[in-house]
Amino acid sequence: MGTAHIDLHKVADAHAHDEHEHHEHHDTFLTKYIFSEDHKTIAKQFLITGLLWAFIGGLFSVLFRIQLGFPDADLTWLKPMLGDWIDKEGKMNKDFYLALVTMHGTIMVFFVLTAGLSGTFSNFLIPLQVGARDMASGFLNMLSYWFFMLSSILMFVSIFLETGPAGGGWVIYPPLSALPEAAPGSGAGMTLWLLSMAVFIVSSLLGSINYITTIINLRTAGMTFTRMPLTIWAFFITAVIGVLSFPVLFAAALLLVFDRSFGTSFFLSEIYLNGQALHHVGGSALLFQHLFWFLGHPEVYIIILPSLGITSEIIATNSRKPIFGYRAMIGSILGIAFLSFIVWAHHMYMSGMNPFLGTVFMFLTLIIAVPSAVKAFNYITTLWRGNIVFTPAMMFSIGLVSLFVAGGTTGIHLANAAIDIQLHDTYFVVAHFHIVMGASAFFGMMAGVYHWFPKMFGRMMDERMGYVHFWLTFLGVYCVFFPMHYMGIAGYPRRYYSFTQFDSLNTFSDMSSFITISAMIAFFGQIVFAFNFFYSIFKGRPAPENPWRSNTLEWTTPRFPQHGNWPGEIPHVYRWPYDYSKPNAKEDFIPQHIPYSETPESNLPHEEIFVEQEKEYEPERFGSKS
Amino acid sequence: MMFYIILALGIAVFVGVLGYIYRVFALVNLSKNSGSTFERRAGKSAYVNGLLLIFMFVAGIAWILWYTYAEADRYNLPEASSAHGPAIDSMFWTTTVVVFLSFVITNALLFFFPFIYRFKENRRGYFFADNHKLELIWTIVPAIVLAVLVLMGWKTWSNTMSEAPQGSLEIEVVGKQFNWMVRYAGKDGKIGKHDFRQIDDDNSLGMDFKKDFKTNADDFTASELRLPKGQNVLLKIRSRDVLHSVFLPHFRVKMDAVPGMPTSFWFTPTKTTEEQRAELVKLGRPGAADFDYILTCTEVCGNSHFAMKMKVTVLEKADFDKWFNEQKPWAVSNKEYLQKKGINVSGLALN
Repeated sequence: MGTAHIDLHKVADAHAHDEHEHHEHHDTFLTKYIFSEDHKTIAKQFLITGLLWAFIGGLFSVLFRIQLGFPDADLTWLKPMLGDWIDKEGKMNKDFYLALVTMHGTIMVFFVLTAGLSGTFSNFLIPLQVGARDMASGFLNMLSYWFFMLSSILMFVSIFLETGPAGGGWVIYPPLSALPEAAPGSGAGMTLWLLSMAVFIVSSLLGSINYITTIINLRTAGMTFTRMPLTIWAFFITAVIGVLSFPVLFAAALLLVFDRSFGTSFFLSEIYLNGQALHHVGGSALLFQHLFWFLGHPEVYIIILPSLGITSEIIATNSRKPIFGYRAMIGSILGIAFLSFIVWAHHMYMSGMNPFLGTVFMFLTLIIAVPSAVKAFNYITTLWRGNIVFTPAMMFSIGLVSLFVAGGTTGIHLANAAIDIQLHDTYFVVAHFHIVMGASAFFGMMAGVYHWFPKMFGRMMDERMGYVHFWLTFLGVYCVFFPMHYMGIAGYPRRYYSFTQFDSLNTFSDMSSFITISAMIAFFGQIVFAFNFFYSIFKGRPAPENPWRSNTLEWTTPRFPQHGNWPGEIPHVYRWPYDYSKPNAKEDFIPQHIPYSETPESNLPHEEIFVEQEKEYEPERFGSKS
Repeated sequence: MMFYIILALGIAVFVGVLGYIYRVFALVNLSKNSGSTFERRAGKSAYVNGLLLIFMFVAGIAWILWYTYAEADRYNLPEASSAHGPAIDSMFWTTTVVVFLSFVITNALLFFFPFIYRFKENRRGYFFADNHKLELIWTIVPAIVLAVLVLMGWKTWSNTMSEAPQGSLEIEVVGKQFNWMVRYAGKDGKIGKHDFRQIDDDNSLGMDFKKDFKTNADDFTASELRLPKGQNVLLKIRSRDVLHSVFLPHFRVKMDAVPGMPTSFWFTPTKTTEEQRAELVKLGRPGAADFDYILTCTEVCGNSHFAMKMKVTVLEKADFDKWFNEQKPWAVSNKEYLQKKGINVSGLALN
C-alpha cells in the first residue's frame, strides 16, 4: 500500500500488544496477503472470494434460465462450455439442470450471502467500529478464511465431476440425496457437497466465535452496547444465531454421511429402488427435514440481518438523520433472532408432519412478521424529512427496503398453512424467498461494498457506474421475480426442467422468456460492477478519510489503516453513532469520538449529565476547571 | 476452441468499450471541475435518480394492476374443484389485498421520499430519533391485522386437515421414480396391507398377499386417478423410493409422499371433468375442450421430476360407481403370478 508505514512502537498506547506489533516488520508477501491475520485483509479475501462465487452462482442461474425461458431452443452453442451436458440434439441434460439449480442455491446461500457477506463485513467492520486493534484472535480468523477456501475448493471441484455436482436441490432431502443409485447428482458430487459443507461449518463457527468475543470484550472506552452502531448489533446477533444453528446442520450432514456410506438408517426406511428392496427400516426422512430447517430457517436471518444492519447505517448516514427508533431496531433484531429458532417447520407444512404442529408454527411464524415490519417502517421514517444524499450505497439500501417489503408481504401468504397447501413448492415460493432474502441481502452486500470501499481500498468507486449497476440490478430483480408470483398462483411447481409436458401448465412461455431475458440483463449489470470494482481498486479517485461525513469510528482511521487500525491511541467514544443534523450543531454530523463537553451548543437537556460524567472520568481534558 | 477465442475477444471488446466510456466520463467530469464533495452531494444525480424512483414506482404499480386485471384468466386456475378449495382461495385473496395495500403504501413513501427530501445545502435533516407513540402504533396495528389473518388461516387449515369422515372412498396413491400409481380399495372399502419387500416388476405396489390376502384380494389398480363427484375421497399417500409430493392444483390438494411414513389428504371433488371443460369453454380459455385435471409432483425426485404426472378424471357418482364395479381385481388378473409366489388363490373366485 502506498502510504508511509506507521511505526506503532512509537505510539504510547497502553492497549497495544507490543509483542504482536513486532511481526509487522517481518511481513512477507505470504503473511501480509495470503496467510494474513489482519482483519481487514481477511475481509477483503472473503469479499473477493465471495464475489467470484457470486459470479459463478449467477452464471449458473442464467444457464438454467436459458433452459426454462427457451425450452425448445438448440443449445449446441453452449457445448464448448458445457461439453456433454448438452446432448446431440442440443438439449440440456436433465440431471445437469438439477445440478445447476442445486449449485446455484448452495453457492448463493452459503458461499456468497453467508461467507461473502458476514465474512467480509463482520471482519472488516467489527474491529473498526467498536474500536479494536484487531479481532480477538487473528489466528482463528485466518483459519476461518482458509477453511472457507478449502470448502470452496471442494465445492468447485465437484462441478467438474463426470457425474456432476450435487443435484437434489440445496436442501438435499434424503432419501434422494442418500442414494447414489437414485440420481447421478447423489453420487460423488453429493459426497463432496457434504464434505465441503462440513468444512464450511467449521469456518463459520470459527468466524462467529471471533465476532462475538471481539464485540463483547474489545470495545473501546465508552462504547457501551447502547452506543454500538446497528451494523455491529446485526453482526453480533447473526454470529450468535450461527453458533447455535450451524452445529445442527453439521449433525444432519454427519448422519447423512453415515446413511450414505456406512449403511445406517437414520433417514431411510422401506425403500425399493432399481429392482431391489434396500435393507433400511425405521429411519425417518422427516427427521432430516427438521434438522435441516433448524439451521435452514435461522440461516435466512443469518443472511438478511447483516444486510439490514448495513442498511441501517447507510440510510442514517445518507439521510443525514438519526436512525429512527434505535432501541426498537435493536429490539427487533433480538426478537427476530429468538423467533428465528422456533419457526423452522413452516417449511414443512405439507411434509406429512402432524397438522397440529403446522398450527403452532403458523402462529409463531406470523409473530416474526411484526419485528420485521417495524424495521421497514423505521427505515421509511428515517428517510422522512431527511436531507438525502444519493450515493450508490444509498440507492442499494433503498432498493433493499423495497425488496424486503415486497418479499416480506408474500411471506404472510406462505406462513399461513392453509394458503401454503396450494402455494408450497411453486414459483410463488421461489419469488418470495428470492426477493426477501436473496435479492435484498445481495443489495445489502452491494450497498456495503459501495459504502466501505473507500476505507477498504483508499479509493472511491465511480458513482455513475454505480447508478447504472443499481438500475440494471433493481429493475432486473423485479422483472425476474415479480412475474413468478403469477406463475405460482397458476400452480407451476419449482425445480421443473420444462413445462411443455403439461397443457394446463404451459401458458406462460412468453413470461418465462421475459424472465430469462431480464435475468441476463441483471447479470450483465454485474459486469459493470465488476469493472468498476477492479478498476477503482487501482485507478479510482483517492478517497478522503471520511467521504460520507459519517459518525462511526472507522472513518477516524487514516486512508490506509495499517495493522492496528489507529496510528495513535484508539479514540474513546462519547455518544451514539447517529447524531446527524442535530439542532444547533456546527456541522450536520457529530462523530462518536467527539465529547459532549466540546459541543455545548447542540447538547440536549438530557445529555448534560454526560458532560458531568466526562469531567469526572477524564479530568485531564478539562485542565484548570476540574 | 473457436468458441473460447470469440468469447475472450467479446469480453475484451466489452471491457475495452466500458473502459473507454468511463475515461470519457472521467475527463468530462474533470473539465467541469466538479470534484468537491459538497457539489457532488447536491448534484444532478439526486434529481435524476429521485425522479427515476418515482417513475419506476408509478410504472411498476400500473403494470401490476393492469396485468392482474387484464390477464386474470391466464394466471388464475379455474375456480376450485373441491369442497375445501374456495376457502383457501378466499384466504389467499383476502391476504393478497391486505398485503398489497401495505406494499403500495410503504413503497410509495419509500420511492417518493428520496426525491422530496433530496439533499439541499442550506437545509438540515429533521432530528427525529424516536417517538414511542408512533412505534407503538406500527407494532400493534400489524400485530392485530396478522392476528386476524392467522385466526382465519387456522380455521381453514384445521377444517382442511381434519380427520377424514367415516365412509370416505379410500384411494392409495404411490409415487416412484418417475410416475404415480393408484390403487382402489375394491368392494370391501379397505386397502390391503403392503410390504416394500414384496415389490417386484409385477407387484409394483408391494401388496402383501401373504399377510393380508383378504383385503388385498379385491383391490384394483388404475392408470389414471378417477374420482367421484360429491363423495369424500381419502388419498392414502406413500412413496416407494424417494420423496415425492402429490399435487392436484385444481383441487388445492398437496401432500408429500414419504418412504416409510404413510401420509394422507382427504377432500371432496365438486366438479366433473366435463363440467370443468364446459366452464372453461364458456370463459373462452384456449384448449378448454381438451382440458384434463392433473396430478403432478412438487418435491424434487430426480431428473424426470418434471414429467411425473397422471391424468385425473372426475365422474358423476353414478358413472364412477359403474366404472368401479366393472374393474377386475389385480389379484384376479395376476392369478398365475400369485400362484408362482406360492399363494393360495382359491379364495379369489368368491370375490
